[in-house]
Amino acid sequence: MELTPEEQAILGGAKGDAVRRALEYQIEVGKFWGAKRFVPVTNVHMMGDIEVMGDAGLEFLRNEAKQAARCSVPTTTNARCIDFAHCERLGQDAGEAAKERELIATLRRMDVVTTDTCINYQTVYQPHLGEHVAWGDTGTVIYANSVFGARSNFEAGPAALAAALTGRTPEYGFHLSENRKGTFAVELEARLDDLADWGAVGKIVGESHQNYYAVPVFHGFRRIPTADELKHLGAALASYGSMGMFHFVGATPEAPSIETAMGGVSAFERLSIGESDIEKTFKGYGLGHGDARLVVFSGPQQSLFEMKRLAELFQGRKVKHGSTCVVTTNSAVLSQSEKLGYRKTLEGAGVTILEGVCFYILQNLSPMREKNRWTNMVSNSAKIVNIIGAHRFKTILRRTTDCVEIACSGVLK
Amino acid sequence: MNIKVNRAFGPVVEGEALVSEEGFSPRYDLDRWSGVITKPGHKLEGQSIVDKICFFPTAKGGIAAGWAFYDIKWKKIAPKAFIFGVTNPVMVQGAIFAGIPITEGWDRHPREVVRTGARVRVDPARKLIEVL
Repeated sequence: MELTPEEQAILGGAKGDAVRRALEYQIEVGKFWGAKRFVPVTNVHMMGDIEVMGDAGLEFLRNEAKQAARCSVPTTTNARCIDFAHCERLGQDAGEAAKERELIATLRRMDVVTTDTCINYQTVYQPHLGEHVAWGDTGTVIYANSVFGARSNFEAGPAALAAALTGRTPEYGFHLSENRKGTFAVELEARLDDLADWGAVGKIVGESHQNYYAVPVFHGFRRIPTADELKHLGAALASYGSMGMFHFVGATPEAPSIETAMGGVSAFERLSIGESDIEKTFKGYGLGHGDARLVVFSGPQQSLFEMKRLAELFQGRKVKHGSTCVVTTNSAVLSQSEKLGYRKTLEGAGVTILEGVCFYILQNLSPMREKNRWTNMVSNSAKIVNIIGAHRFKTILRRTTDCVEIACSGVLK
Repeated sequence: MNIKVNRAFGPVVEGEALVSEEGFSPRYDLDRWSGVITKPGHKLEGQSIVDKICFFPTAKGGIAAGWAFYDIKWKKIAPKAFIFGVTNPVMVQGAIFAGIPITEGWDRHPREVVRTGARVRVDPARKLIEVL
């Protein structure tokens, strides 16, 4: 890689050992992908919690902090695994909770802003067209690339942390214009009235095109999609397809037309998604023994408008005795939800609201599943339906209204 | 019989092959305390990746994989190498951080030349996988 005088000085130790090691690591990653140089980044979003990092990651972080490692650009954190207000009731491990507190304190010492959210793009920072960032959580990356036209690769925890320390990232993947063109087109004929329908589209397209460099171009939709709809679409594409970018003609900044989005290429794969494809997706989930006792609205965290909708749907209703309904969101949305009365309505209906976490990374989730004898998990998020498998849940995607009905009736259809 | 790969990181390693027809994520598919693939219905469900040279056609989602590789290496349940058909940056960032050899791209599908249980040598510097 071509290094600037500043980067060479960093390798010489000018900014300390932690920054030198971070840059050396980034050079290895850059070399793997054939990056020619680094690009400066303005913002970093990193995943760092005890469930994903483990003792090894915590020990690494302790050493970094000890060596006075500090972020050189604004850096925020992704959703974590413990909401301290609920950890005892959820049967989470007290020892792990203590480690999580230490981890948060260590990150803060390194000047990380612990926002604990996977919807930073809706609540914290919205990069502009062409802005280079280093974000973690695939859902945040695909949203940044697609909806804002910013530029980021998937940055895993250690990679995002390295970018935070050095203020740069290797230039490969979606930092380069040539990788941002569409590679196939998807005509949306289905109505897509519910967020789960958008996740279903992400599942259909992602599963059949698993490739980081596959960039679908959506077109032909009957109206302008909302931010929450694009959020569920992106999260599912990233989850099922490992994709980092999509275009939506007429809605995303690099897709004024299908021709522009495809970069002038005229021969490409075309598919279309109709109502029957969406229905087939919903019908494709086995119901097992019909266990309907766990309904989850999470992965990604709920936006304020999702909270509002859930409050409307749960108004005057009760989660069935013996069932559990979990909603996760971040502290900003929860604070507003409290002021607006959504929290009271939801908690009054027996919904458990968790703050700053995502359901699928909850510490101790497998033992929690066993203790509650949950076999199925029902959700309106196609992403969480996909990613929770290692905890041995059978998962079922249902529309938002159906999820609420299942939570209140205990009947799964 | 050899397989040429497009990109590679890490030292030379030798070990037993585990060949998958399905993609992989250490978060979605793996029990990170035993090193066994536990996702219901995964084509390798019930199989251990510990000390294996793992061939996966694709990588699945998951930023958390970055810390997960470091975590399983620390717990001594990491594979010896990851051989991907196509992968994503997270797998690469995670493997490099953990010091686990990783490669991407192959000139022929591994199933043509290597079966689960066969001994293979991964030589990242030469971008070569040799079936022994």
